Amino acid sequence: MQHLHRSHIYGVMGEFGDPAELIHAVEKIRAAGYRRVNAYSPFPVEGLSEALGLKRDMVSTICLLGGLAGGVGGFFFQYWVATTAYPLNIGGRPLNSWPAFIPVTFELTILGASLAAVFGMLALNKLPQPHHPVFNVPRFTHASADRFFVCIEAKDPKFHLAECARILQEVHAHHITEVSDD
Amino acid sequence: MSAGQPPLDSPEIRRLTPVIGPGYTYGSVTDKISAIVLTRPTSIGWYIGFLIAFSVMGMMTVAIGWLIIKGTGIWGINIPIGWGFAIVNFVWWIGIGHAGTLISAILFLLNQKWRTSINRFAEAMTLFAVACAGMFPLIHTGRPWMAFYMFPYPSTMGIWPQFRSPLIWDVFAVSTYGTVSLMFWFVGLIPDLATLRDRSVQKPMKIIYGMLALGWRGSARHWHRYQSAYLLLAGLATPLVLSVHSVISFDFSVAIVPGWHTTIFPPYFVAGAIYSGFAMVLTIAIPLRKVYGLEDFITMRHLDNMAKVMLATGLIVAYGYFIEFFMASYSGNKFDVFLVQQRLHGPYAPYYYALILCNILIPQLLWSFKMRHNVAVLFIMSIVVNIGMWLERFVIVVISLTRDFVPSAWGRYSPTFWDWATFIGTMGMFVTLIFLFVRVLPAISIAEMRELVSETSEDEK
Amino acid sequence: MDGMREHEQHEHLQGQHDHHDPAEEAKLHKNPMDLATVRAKLQSKTGKQYWRTLEELAGDPEFTELLHREFPRQAPSEWDDGVDRRDFLKLMTASLAFAGLGGCGRTPEQVVVPYVKQPEGLTLGRPQFYATAMPFGADAVGLLVESHEGRPTKIEGNPDHPSSLGATNVFAQASVLNLYDPDRAQTVTKYGEIQTWSLFVESAQAIAAGMKATNGAGFRILSGLITSPTLAAQIQSLLTLFPKAKWHQWEPAVGDGAREGAKLAFGRYLNTVYRPEKADVILSLDSDFLGSGPGHIRYAREFSRRRKLNGPSDTMNRLYVVEPTPSVTGATADHRLPLRASEVELFARALAAKLGIGGTPSGAEKWLDAVAKDLQQHKGTSLVVAGEQQPAEVHALAHAVNAALGNVGTTLYYTEPVEPQPVNNLDSLRELCADIEADKVETLLILGVNPVYTAPHDFDFASKLKFDQEKKQKKVKNVIHVSSHFDETSELCDWHVAESHYLETWGDARAFDGTLSVIQPLIAPLYHTHSAREVLAAFSDKPGVNDYDALRTRLSAPSFFTHFGLTDAEKADFEKFWRKTLNDGLVAGSAFAPVNASLKFSAASLPAAKTTPADEIEFLFRPDPCVYDGRFANNGWLQELPKPVTKLTWDNAALVSPKTGEKLSLTHDIAARGGEHGKVYSNVIDISLSNSKVTAAAWRVPGQADGTIVLPLGYGRKRAGYTGTNKGFNAYAVRTSDALWVTSASASAIKKTGEDYPLACTQYHFSMEGRQILATGTLEEYRKNPNFANEHAELPPKELSLYKGEAEFPYDRDKWAMAIDLNKCNGCNACVVACQSENNIPVVGKDQVMRGREMHWIRVDRYYETPPKSTAHDPSSYDESLFNPPTFFQPVPCQQCENAPCEQVCPVGATVHSAEGLNDMVYNRCVGTRYCSNNCPYKVRRFNFLRFQDWETPQLKLLRNPEVTVRSRGVMEKCTYCVQRINNARIDAEKSNAPIHDGAIVTACEQACPTEAIVFGNANDKNSRVAKLKAQQRNYTLLGELNARPRTTYLAAVRNPNPELESA
Repeated sequence: MQHLHRSHIYGVMGEFGDPAELIHAVEKIRAAGYRRVNAYSPFPVEGLSEALGLKRDMVSTICLLGGLAGGVGGFFFQYWVATTAYPLNIGGRPLNSWPAFIPVTFELTILGASLAAVFGMLALNKLPQPHHPVFNVPRFTHASADRFFVCIEAKDPKFHLAECARILQEVHAHHITEVSDD
Repeated sequence: MSAGQPPLDSPEIRRLTPVIGPGYTYGSVTDKISAIVLTRPTSIGWYIGFLIAFSVMGMMTVAIGWLIIKGTGIWGINIPIGWGFAIVNFVWWIGIGHAGTLISAILFLLNQKWRTSINRFAEAMTLFAVACAGMFPLIHTGRPWMAFYMFPYPSTMGIWPQFRSPLIWDVFAVSTYGTVSLMFWFVGLIPDLATLRDRSVQKPMKIIYGMLALGWRGSARHWHRYQSAYLLLAGLATPLVLSVHSVISFDFSVAIVPGWHTTIFPPYFVAGAIYSGFAMVLTIAIPLRKVYGLEDFITMRHLDNMAKVMLATGLIVAYGYFIEFFMASYSGNKFDVFLVQQRLHGPYAPYYYALILCNILIPQLLWSFKMRHNVAVLFIMSIVVNIGMWLERFVIVVISLTRDFVPSAWGRYSPTFWDWATFIGTMGMFVTLIFLFVRVLPAISIAEMRELVSETSEDEK
Repeated sequence: MDGMREHEQHEHLQGQHDHHDPAEEAKLHKNPMDLATVRAKLQSKTGKQYWRTLEELAGDPEFTELLHREFPRQAPSEWDDGVDRRDFLKLMTASLAFAGLGGCGRTPEQVVVPYVKQPEGLTLGRPQFYATAMPFGADAVGLLVESHEGRPTKIEGNPDHPSSLGATNVFAQASVLNLYDPDRAQTVTKYGEIQTWSLFVESAQAIAAGMKATNGAGFRILSGLITSPTLAAQIQSLLTLFPKAKWHQWEPAVGDGAREGAKLAFGRYLNTVYRPEKADVILSLDSDFLGSGPGHIRYAREFSRRRKLNGPSDTMNRLYVVEPTPSVTGATADHRLPLRASEVELFARALAAKLGIGGTPSGAEKWLDAVAKDLQQHKGTSLVVAGEQQPAEVHALAHAVNAALGNVGTTLYYTEPVEPQPVNNLDSLRELCADIEADKVETLLILGVNPVYTAPHDFDFASKLKFDQEKKQKKVKNVIHVSSHFDETSELCDWHVAESHYLETWGDARAFDGTLSVIQPLIAPLYHTHSAREVLAAFSDKPGVNDYDALRTRLSAPSFFTHFGLTDAEKADFEKFWRKTLNDGLVAGSAFAPVNASLKFSAASLPAAKTTPADEIEFLFRPDPCVYDGRFANNGWLQELPKPVTKLTWDNAALVSPKTGEKLSLTHDIAARGGEHGKVYSNVIDISLSNSKVTAAAWRVPGQADGTIVLPLGYGRKRAGYTGTNKGFNAYAVRTSDALWVTSASASAIKKTGEDYPLACTQYHFSMEGRQILATGTLEEYRKNPNFANEHAELPPKELSLYKGEAEFPYDRDKWAMAIDLNKCNGCNACVVACQSENNIPVVGKDQVMRGREMHWIRVDRYYETPPKSTAHDPSSYDESLFNPPTFFQPVPCQQCENAPCEQVCPVGATVHSAEGLNDMVYNRCVGTRYCSNNCPYKVRRFNFLRFQDWETPQLKLLRNPEVTVRSRGVMEKCTYCVQRINNARIDAEKSNAPIHDGAIVTACEQACPTEAIVFGNANDKNSRVAKLKAQQRNYTLLGELNARPRTTYLAAVRNPNPELESA
């Protein structure tokens, strides 16, 4: 395995055959004190988040805010239109016929929440992002098919190339590769 | 789930319970499904089918063009029947559009694994159905080029839409539904797009799929947020699905027309929507699994479950019909009572009886295990139900309008050539889109199938 | 300019004489000219040469042919077909430009006097109103014509005029459309080639000169019924000039019965004037005196005044009607007896017998007894009216009965005939035909009438004018036809002079009571047209005299002054008198004085009546309620107007009674498209009468006498114009001189062809389905329970609302509302046409009506009161209750609901409420979802499914009311309570800083209504007529249970049956 200058390294990557091995590996590596570790899998692997020690994410909060904005904004927009912007006598109904405004309010709530959830998720994931160092690993194409990867990133304070390679070997990773950073 | 089933230890059950055929690995699943899009050569059958569908869609384009030139007068509508085929088809298509999101969302929340192999094209179907549906409210107006009046934009006259009108509720409900369904579908597609990106060999394909995949790399952190976002969407889509057809039903139940003005409409429209939606899923799933040999992914269990859902929703719809009658008679409202009699004895009675036959009587066959497991029967049944649901909308929209309050104004309706051309044309459009979909995108969610594989393999351990 | 034109014509005289040789004529058809060529020809010449160019063009046979091709091929379809229309537009402009020549050669400007005096309760608004009159049969309807920038746009009644009293009928309302009819003849033609007026005058003079020698032996004039003294005087002057000349009259749809009846009764022609207002009991012997005939507008008004109920204590008159086929009068009757036309005479005789004045008694007849008794109890306050189509005997009997009941002088009186020279029309026409056959006629002048179409078919009038193959010559050397359209007769005439519309000419006419009404033009002739009088003058020694001078000379003639016993002051200042006369539209005090007529007739002396064998079927010929004798065939408004009883449009049909229909197994099929509200297939039958045949669609009419088939006249025109040609069937084809009004034949005369014909019927369903759509009761019930109309109404409580406690909209300033008294409405349809005229409502054509898309903003619904057990819903059903069902009419405009269901569902706010509670349409905001129409329980909204409005035809642009938006394709429209009139009134009120007084706003329908059934006003003003009506207990809300709170409410119809007959 060829050696790159440390500053050009993104991290070290190990490949695994199934989720169980992956989770085992991640646990081991974190136990060894590594924190800047990430895993890659062709489908969400149960227990992986816990193994990586990921915290509750922000998506649901953003979604809530979006929903509130849609709903409250929606209702008061209708209220404003009916009573202030252009009040009209519609079939003798009062200007503020609030029950009639509920359906639109509801729909706008859903719309706001959904938009917030999706775009919030993409934003937090920093997607779209066409290129990423891990794509430099030739076998990484299997990450979207049938293989599982662990990557210890060079940013980790404890990072030491040989050390990482050793740990990966310990957890029976096949194909341990350096991930170049360009 | 137990209706008409043999005891759980019976051999069939063991044969049927898996939602995926035995012996599949992550790799094989991925290969099999992505092959349909990437490596498999496009069959001559596909071209023929596509051409037919596309030319039918062409007829629709002509019909709409003529409509714009001459006016809605080319249709069969008149006074008193101001709404004809356009609205019937609108409601019908929207109904069909309900299964997709419902299957994805509600079954996802209920953690029904069997949804996995059908949700992708069910969602696609939803989108295409909504596209067909969405056209009608637009073109049925007398001045389609003025239809933007129905959207809230700051006009120079300072006037806004009239938010008390159910039609405005429609505008919001349908557009929201379209948007959310699209996002739901796309979010689900992202990992598979990544797969296609990584597996496609030609450069252009790589680039296109790459762009669509947004640079997805299956990072655990991404999966983490992805899952909660997907869960949230499912949670939001569920009430949305229920609300959309309720709002559609308001178009009628908020009006005072006898036969429209009834409170049972929202639940019974939703049930009807799911009913027709599942019927349409079957109509598409059955040929699809045959042509692309997906029997291992869309197993008899799927068909069986969908048949059961149809049976259940069909019974709710039947209940709806009954309540309509009961309420009309019980209320003693002379107009409603008269309408009920009209449905049974009036000039349009045959349509009503046909509807009862298609929606209530024939589907009772689904009680039988044998019927549920006879693919041919299911296919025919699904089409019958689609026809039945179309008739239901025709009965509600048209017949109620023919004989309302003032006898002097009574009239009749019959569609013109252009009504039919537009209606059949939308079917062409729908099928065209389906054809394109199965050709360029994985009709089954690969990522979720892999999950299934891992789970089943764990079961085996 | 004038001089110049004359000069041109002289130049062209030579060139124009030899245009009618066969070779040329053949050429016409070989190479017809197309518009491109016209344009080319026109473009090739420019500047001062222009006139000359056109004159040359006039000489050009192809152009002539182009102009006089049947319009239909060029004309616009009433809805939408762009391409044809463009060609048509080009054609019209070409011909207009040509007609323009006529325009610039007219007589010097004359002063017309605007109608300045504002009658009580009528504000005339921006446009100017001029008084004039429409001559019609033996009557002249006094009119006020609304003029916008010199364009007459709307016809109203003249409140000062005895035959109008401010109201109008469908014909008067629609006559303005005739003025702008694009198919009108526009020039003088000879053999179909365009000629100039001066050329005509010259040849007329030449003919006259030729006749001098023979004292006009071969000179004949054929006119319709003329009541114009001036015109008559003109004819007389010709007759004095040519002593041997003869004047014949032929009015196809007015019988000789009345005239001859008077002769029979009094030994001389007399005119009968009724005073229904003074009568408590009225018996109509097959007379539709409320719906047609001289003075019917006034009679309807007078009659309805006696149907007015302010409270249970009020009294009502009672109307008995004996008639073979339902008329509006029959529908209004308290008691109606369907009898075959021939049996009406028997009834009259029997009645006379009962009253002890001879006659032939029939077996004791309950109905007859009751009527006779009722009449006798009301000596002096009863009235018997005989029908226009009934024979002289019936009229004579009516005179006798009225005399016996002492009604003469109270409920009716006699005057000198309104026709200057009353003659028996049939004999007159027969004589003419005989003379022609005997080669006694050399020059025939046909004024206004269309004998080739209307003459009895045994006269075969066409053959009289055609080229005689044996004799190799024409029977009549010169035939000159004067008519508004180039019609069936014109085709066979040498000269055709386009006749001016009455809104384009000066003239006069006598009303039904002799009142001399002045016709003053609202506009200079649109085309190169002339009046009948001008044409007559052309043959006289003073050809130049124009109508204006003729009229003034006549009115200023000393004889005339003395005749009207005018004061010296008036004699002295003729101009003042002239202005007043024009201002009023009539010569004050010119009505004929009653004459005492001594009865020289006893019912006993009558020969035995000829009756129809019971097993035979009786065929009646009746003028059509919409196109009359055919003269209105090309009027789209009248063609599309649902006929009062049958609700058919665009066609006539052979009307049969349900029983006869059943016997002959004549059925109807409701079409899938349009259905009850549009399209019904009817069996087609061949009717062979007097060795001639017509093919007609049969239509069952409840209430028609059994064994009777009515063949309405006026349809099946072969050359009426785009709108009128080939609509319906031509009943004249089987009408013979020996049976002008009624004939009979065995059932074998009727053969089903096995085909079905689609008829456009706007209301096929006549049952109320047990709903209280139209509240009715008898006077007795009303007195017992004045609130009967509201008994079964389930009005929801006001607090039953989703918005409890929310403030309601106050409408505290003006609160416009309408009350329609169903007790007065006789379904005459005047309101429908008035609305169409006022609001620029398009004509959509038969096809669209059959799709249920007619556009009338106000419709008149017709319901039959069938017993609860009856299963009859529409004419195809057969049921005892349909032999003589009580008939009711209900005008339905937009109800202007306060809780308008339509507004709430409009997605764009295109229909909203005004501060005064009007349900406004905002056309340019409407996107056309039609949701409002679906949600309208009254179905009064109308949608422009296609581009119904004609945007190109130039003439129709002149017709439009500039105060009302012209709607285009894709928008909803409906009654606005004539919001333009409301706004005019408000502007006036605000200018004078006064509140709008009651009656200041009169909606078009209200203004046209002869019976004052429709009342509009401010419901907040407790003293307004509408508020008073709404305060009545008879007042009820249509579909009140829906809580839409309409501003338009109805007053229940109350009938006043004879208790003796009720008991049965």
